[in-house]
Amino acid sequence: MIDMAPFTLSIQLAAVTLAVLLIIGTPLAWWLAMTRTPFKPVVETVTALPLVLPPTVLGFYLLVFLGPQGWAGGMWNAFFGRPLTFTFAGLVVASCVYSLPFVVQPLQGAFERLDRRTVEAALTLGASWPRTFVQVVLPQVRHGLLTASVLGFAHTIGEFGVVLMVGGNIPGETQVLSIAIYEHVEALDYAAAGTLSSILVAASFVGLLPLYSQARKRRKWREVSA
Amino acid sequence: MGDFALEVEIDAGPGVTALFGRSGAGKSTIVNMLAGLVKPDRGTIRIGDAVLFDSARGIDLPPDRRHVGYVFQDARLFPHMSVERNLAYGMGRMDPAHRSPQFARVVEMLGLGALLKRRPGALSGGERQRVAIGRALLSNPRVLLMDEPLSSLDAQRKSEILPYVARLATDFAVPVIYVSHAVEEVVRLADTLVLVSGGQIAAIGAVEDVMGRLDLAPITGRYEAGAVLTPRVAGHVDEHRLTRLDLLGHAMFVPQVDLRHGETVRLRVRARDVSLALTPPQGTSILNILPATVRELDAGSGPHVEVALDIRPGHGELGAPQPLLARVTHKSMTDMKLEPGTPVHALIKAVAIDRHSLGGLGHGTQRKER
Repeated sequence: MIDMAPFTLSIQLAAVTLAVLLIIGTPLAWWLAMTRTPFKPVVETVTALPLVLPPTVLGFYLLVFLGPQGWAGGMWNAFFGRPLTFTFAGLVVASCVYSLPFVVQPLQGAFERLDRRTVEAALTLGASWPRTFVQVVLPQVRHGLLTASVLGFAHTIGEFGVVLMVGGNIPGETQVLSIAIYEHVEALDYAAAGTLSSILVAASFVGLLPLYSQARKRRKWREVSA
Repeated sequence: MGDFALEVEIDAGPGVTALFGRSGAGKSTIVNMLAGLVKPDRGTIRIGDAVLFDSARGIDLPPDRRHVGYVFQDARLFPHMSVERNLAYGMGRMDPAHRSPQFARVVEMLGLGALLKRRPGALSGGERQRVAIGRALLSNPRVLLMDEPLSSLDAQRKSEILPYVARLATDFAVPVIYVSHAVEEVVRLADTLVLVSGGQIAAIGAVEDVMGRLDLAPITGRYEAGAVLTPRVAGHVDEHRLTRLDLLGHAMFVPQVDLRHGETVRLRVRARDVSLALTPPQGTSILNILPATVRELDAGSGPHVEVALDIRPGHGELGAPQPLLARVTHKSMTDMKLEPGTPVHALIKAVAIDRHSLGGLGHGTQRKER
């Protein structure tokens, strides 16, 4: 009987991370798409850093930053009376940093391709900005939103190095799927590692397939609406 | 717009006010300021009692609270919504009791019934623009802004939509600000003409008055210069496929138009299509011979002379003289001894009058008293 806790934990971590990232990343992506500030490339570069940095580098800084002596970790500790490192909450923060570009970049692209003239039209028709965003902007960027969600979710599931640095390997708290597989391999339990790995492969395939099928439909839809 | 300087003061009344001028004159910027999409540096914008913008008092209503309908050059329909949902999008501003009948009325007037379930992607350019007009109308606007709504359409589609636009201001009792650089549209639609040039108002007034001024020809376009007349339909001459008009008691003939007897039409006569004679010519193919008086001459540097005329009312007619422009050679001016006050006969070829510039104004239209 395999322990399914790492599997559940990974799903939970990815879901919470994605939710946080959509809340933070959407305004950030909108700002990046619309802004004319000269600092835009700087912000874009910072956003893209998690793409290139080794997870160990990222994990190291996060560990320092989130640790009890760190700026964020100290505040968290003072507020909740618990440390941030080696907890689920700490993993969420770390995953958000790690997966940020995977959510922000597709969204930014979608906002840049958005026909902003329809936004002006909605405003002159009396729609408030929130209503315009929900009814006019979001439906037009739904493919970008879907891409961002799938990539953000999948990337969080797949992370390893950062989790190991910041979260360690505490069953039920920070022992996610990838860590559990690593541990099974270390313990030479290839059967357990194989089972978890095959679950991950199958789930990833099933998750990504609709995304790429959508892309085909989207091209057709564009041609019609142009 | 960078450091584009735009200084205008416009007092638009009911009916259609046309902002007319070349591309880049600042027309679109003016309507974008009215809509709240562009912020003026200073000044005030009011519709009736409602202050939309007042730099001195720090008032700047956002676009969604201005109650301004905007028909853009490109229809800007929402691609993910059906025509029906596009039309209804701005109806929230309308009294709920009026929504359903008003929707039916707009759909009927713009002929949109068959399109309601379709997506904008499946519409022709003309259909899209009709939907955009309907959508703006149904947002219950205090003023309807139209920024070159016909410029992206071919001639066929234009003539298909023009009649709808012409009826908007009266049928829906909403003042219309209409931006255009096409003379024909302006002549056909506008009650008041605002001539915009280089970010400034070059002239403002009734279409007939502004188009009949010599000094404005460089802005309206010298080749295209022409006056606007407002005769009444006096009958049709079916055998010759002509329509007979009555202008201040004088008969005029133009290519047949589908307008009722007694209706006022507006027609543009280009200066280059008008010749002058000191005595009424005999045995001529020219059908339209109108007695006029020279008001002003503008010789310029070329061989041409622009002549501003006033058409004299016939016997027993009470109407004010109507302005007309003629272009003659410098030699003719000298030979005929033309000067302000000279009585002449203006000759206009009926075939030179562009059918598309002929637009009915209806019987009881709310033309402003002048």
